[in-house]
Amino acid sequence: MNQPVLDQIDLTTKPLPLLLHLADSALIISQKQSEWCGHGPVLEQDIAITNLSLDLLGQARNFYQYAATIINNENIDEDKLAYHRDDRAFNNFVICELPNGDWAQTILRLYFFSTYQQLLFNQLIKVADSQIAAIAQKSLKETNYHVRWSTDWVMRLGDGTDESKQRLINAFNNIWIHVREFFEPTNYELAAADDGIYYNTALLKEKWLNQIQQDFETATLDLDLTIPTHWTGLNGKQGIHTEHLGFILAEMQHLQRVHPNAQW
Amino acid sequence: MHNGKRMTIEKIWQSLATVTDPEIPVLTIIDLGIVKNVEINDGTATLTITPTYTGCPAMDMISMQIKMALLEIGFKSVNILTVLSPAWTTDWITEAGKQKLNEYGIAPPNKKFVIASDGVTCPQCNSNNTKLISEFGSTACKALMQCNDCKEPFDYFKCY
Repeated sequence: MNQPVLDQIDLTTKPLPLLLHLADSALIISQKQSEWCGHGPVLEQDIAITNLSLDLLGQARNFYQYAATIINNENIDEDKLAYHRDDRAFNNFVICELPNGDWAQTILRLYFFSTYQQLLFNQLIKVADSQIAAIAQKSLKETNYHVRWSTDWVMRLGDGTDESKQRLINAFNNIWIHVREFFEPTNYELAAADDGIYYNTALLKEKWLNQIQQDFETATLDLDLTIPTHWTGLNGKQGIHTEHLGFILAEMQHLQRVHPNAQW
Repeated sequence: MHNGKRMTIEKIWQSLATVTDPEIPVLTIIDLGIVKNVEINDGTATLTITPTYTGCPAMDMISMQIKMALLEIGFKSVNILTVLSPAWTTDWITEAGKQKLNEYGIAPPNKKFVIASDGVTCPQCNSNNTKLISEFGSTACKALMQCNDCKEPFDYFKCY
């Protein structure tokens, strides 16, 4: 259950669900990827994936801080939002909470996600909400790196050995179904347009698919890029998650739940 | 602005010039160009700073060090505002800062290498015969390079 302090706050008031969605996705993929720390295939790549994860944590902080400013309650800060909500209150994409799998799956997930973020932030830098535009502008500088790094790896693995290619294809089969969430707008995303935070998911989808198709061609990957539409029972943006998120939160939130407000 | 206030603001800037980046201790926050504005109102010093990298763990520590430095010159009440826009860029690192980086053994950001690649000048022997080892180095802001002539590995502060 959420801690009492959060129970008194209505987190459904717009644009909070959208800010939490943006923050949660960045936080959860960051937390997941940071499991590679000390386990990367070679030292340089270990450092790369953890540095990228740190960027994503920074993005999450910016969005949480902005949400806390809007909530405007002295008891609510970024840490409260990250550590004191339950899985049903998290609005992250399901793809962000999936297990890392092997290196190919971690790479492919980041490639899908950062390519999406790059297109999203390119739209958000133009919105009327100046703080969102500023966060997007700042994040974009780092996201461009993430896209370049993960695209390089998709090329290397796809156009590499039989095994690296097969691993990438297996990863694709595991996670492709979840990219649909990028392009299925929730009511709160549509409603946020009234508050000056508008983005066009149809345009995102078109550009994203074009990009993936081009890169996959270069990576000699011949895969069906039809986005599945069948029912899965999941809806990360509305708080309906896989069991994986619960385990992530259990580990990530444990200390703050047991010792609320503990400080370094 | 009356004279006393201007002198006090001057004193704050001098004090800020003693606050260094915990991860690159040769650089002060003035060298980094992250302090955008200083104001005083009713005894409260209000500073506007802009973060380098969003996830940079040094930023929290820098805020704390600023408060300590200003406490030493008598400011108990310090308000630090963080602004994201316009976004910080390595262009804001001063020339003095770039020189200090080079002397410290970190190749400063160079517009010729917006994307880190072979050829960044080695801060040890000034050779351009260098190779990129990894786009990510010891911190998010640096890439790892090696000099083919003197063989020394070195960090390159990436353009951002």
